[in-house]
Amino acid sequence: MIPPRLEMRNVWKRFGATTALADVSLAVQAGEVHALVGENGAGKSTLMKVLSGAVRPDAGQMRLDGRPFAPSDPLAARAAGVAMIYQELNLAPHLTVEENITLGAERHTAGVIRRAAHRQRIADIFARLQRPDLRPDTPVRRLSAAERQLVEIARALLADARVLVMDEPTSSLGLADIEQLFAVIGRLRAAGVAIVYISHFLEEVQRVAQRYTVLRDGRNVETGAMADATLSRLVERMIGRRLDEMFPRVAHQIGPPVLEVRALAGRRLPIAVDLTLHRGEILGLAGLVGAGRTELLRCIYGLEPVRDGTVRVATLSGGRVTPGARLRQGVGLLSEDRQAEGLALSRSIADNITLSRLSPLARWGWINPRAVRRAAAEWIQRLDIRTRGTEQRVRDLSGGNQQKTALARLLHHGVDVLLLDEPTRGIDVASKAQIYQLVGELAARGKAILMVSSYVPELLGICDRIAVMHRGRLGPACPAEAWTEHALISVAASGKELPA
Amino acid sequence: MSHGAAPATLTPPRTGRSSTRERVFAALAPFLGLLVVIALFYAIPPHPRVTLLDLQTVAVHMVIVGIAAMGMTFIIISGGIDLSVGSAIALASVAVALALRQGWPVPLALAVALATGALCGLYNALLITLLRLPPFIATLGTLGFYRGVAKWVSNSMPVSAPTHGLEHWVRPVPLQEWLPLAPGVFLLAGLAVFLAAVLRYTVLGRYTFAIGSNEATARLCGIRVPRVKVYIYVLAGVLTGLAGLMQFARLTQGDPTVAIGLELDVIAAVVIGGGSLAGGQGALVGTLAGAFLMAYLRNRCTVLGWSNFVQEMIVGHIIIIAVAVDQWRVRRTER
Repeated sequence: MIPPRLEMRNVWKRFGATTALADVSLAVQAGEVHALVGENGAGKSTLMKVLSGAVRPDAGQMRLDGRPFAPSDPLAARAAGVAMIYQELNLAPHLTVEENITLGAERHTAGVIRRAAHRQRIADIFARLQRPDLRPDTPVRRLSAAERQLVEIARALLADARVLVMDEPTSSLGLADIEQLFAVIGRLRAAGVAIVYISHFLEEVQRVAQRYTVLRDGRNVETGAMADATLSRLVERMIGRRLDEMFPRVAHQIGPPVLEVRALAGRRLPIAVDLTLHRGEILGLAGLVGAGRTELLRCIYGLEPVRDGTVRVATLSGGRVTPGARLRQGVGLLSEDRQAEGLALSRSIADNITLSRLSPLARWGWINPRAVRRAAAEWIQRLDIRTRGTEQRVRDLSGGNQQKTALARLLHHGVDVLLLDEPTRGIDVASKAQIYQLVGELAARGKAILMVSSYVPELLGICDRIAVMHRGRLGPACPAEAWTEHALISVAASGKELPA
Repeated sequence: MSHGAAPATLTPPRTGRSSTRERVFAALAPFLGLLVVIALFYAIPPHPRVTLLDLQTVAVHMVIVGIAAMGMTFIIISGGIDLSVGSAIALASVAVALALRQGWPVPLALAVALATGALCGLYNALLITLLRLPPFIATLGTLGFYRGVAKWVSNSMPVSAPTHGLEHWVRPVPLQEWLPLAPGVFLLAGLAVFLAAVLRYTVLGRYTFAIGSNEATARLCGIRVPRVKVYIYVLAGVLTGLAGLMQFARLTQGDPTVAIGLELDVIAAVVIGGGSLAGGQGALVGTLAGAFLMAYLRNRCTVLGWSNFVQEMIVGHIIIIAVAVDQWRVRRTER
């Protein structure tokens, strides 16, 4: 029997207390497109990092064409014939197509590059991809996203890649480009390349892949032939969880509208979004990463330029929209990235909580340090932030306590409308449950909450209504009871309206 | 792609105790550095003693660098830098001389000095906030520009002017016998106390730290970051103007070619004092220790009879060492 082109067997990887991969196996034959699917955080990225040599597994073996394969770094993996094509393409925009393809693999004589040899090899590759229209001397920055992807693929072929990993290859492509890409994938298959295909767009996955593997919580859930799998079966395997007591229901009453967004368009995303948020309401925004949910929140908050449309807060609208103006109107944003944006890590908890609203704690610009500490201590107690004191640096807190600190700032500011971007990303379960409880209590006190999340169960668990965003457009907000996990994920992936 | 995998749990949270110890160490580091330098110089034969006059001279040397370095502390904490400070001091000293030569009284000359410095700071800030230039580039440009203006208004010649007793502010041995140090030193100390309080207890100080620590957070919190930067650079400019006045008092003339390369001493003083070029960190007391170290260094070189070029070679490496230590510190805390 011919051994599989790529075989990963019983791979384990732990990061501190978190087990990222537990006994994961994956086998891909030559000429096969193998789909790797799972929710965010299921372990797909870590598994591919192990494959590419960026992460070393704690246990497990890999084989390429039956030979042991243990890359020490990405360069070694590439030399062995494993190439990655990432979402963010790794090209030098100022160099030409030719220079990018041959970068690091230049043929030269005494340091002088043999361009004729390069030209010939690149012409061969483009002929194989049936794209002889690509010119090797075009600077890469002038190429479209689809053409850049082809350059990446050509680069992999130049290195005689036997295994190609494509991570969300269609996320930035239009429909016609996707068809072109699938045609190229077909030619790569015919040439015997094994392809690991990662995508959230399940319908594309069904079209392009012959086999699939589902990962969930770092474990193999299922491997099978794509022909036997329905879309709903894949989704069920991906989610695999039931709602539980994680989501306490706090009774709350929905009041009058407080935030009205009409035809809002950003620089690129979102595209013409309408939504209405009421007092005492928790409105969830579902969608894939890159669908434009974060951009929507940031446009509302004034952190990103608004190209068109209106945002009305309570009865106020117009004027220059800046975060400061929004805060004065009672709108606050919790950033999705608490490390890079949400918090000043080198400052104390007290500084971080009070930063946006120092005025009641100061007179003539001079801060009363006791008042700052008192205010911070109150929020530390109310949100159960685990810390040694108000002066501890935020950097030294755990993720959950950092997130509570960022939330405490919004509460200290006393905002009425909370824009929460992935409020529970990367935090422990206990903190998650506390944040769900807190959000419910805030709604009960008449605050309005607009929450972006990529974790479907929490949207279903705590939201009153949920709307799905797909490639910049927002679907209708329907009552949470009308949604199922399956429906949310498939609408997010396909962009279709809610199935009946 | 990292929903469940918690990056925050990759490294166990550090205990508060070690962070307190780190902070105490960081606060003491400049003084330890000072002790090391003092010990090193004493170790060199013929083991020169430090006389009262030496200390008085060092203190006076420290006044100009120290005043400018206090403004630079604000800038560096906010994540910026000002390379034009030496040129701005020269320009302010020429402006003072021109004002006094016109027969203007001392208070008016003082106002001219502060206004000149403030304008220099304002121009830097506008380049940084309106044109969105990196502070390093913006102030590299104005380093040349202010020097050029100083030469233009003075016809490239030192401007002599009546001093009206200004020189007594920086006389190593004060006229008043009951004063141990020059009056300028006490001015420096008084300003240091005031500015340390501004940094610690005012909204401006809090915003300065916040912008340097994480500008994105500051924006998220509704802070008008560009406006705060203008305040910071103008405040630093006012101090630069005052340093220019002291420069005039020291030379008793306005010299357009004075204070070339002084920005190195000023920046070094801040970084030695615990200011981080990555922003978000710095302390005025540390900056003063740094300024004292730089002045002491130059004084010892003179006492030992070393040439000017030796001083420059040493000062260059003091900066390299201070920044290397800073980088190491940043890497360690971000790991």
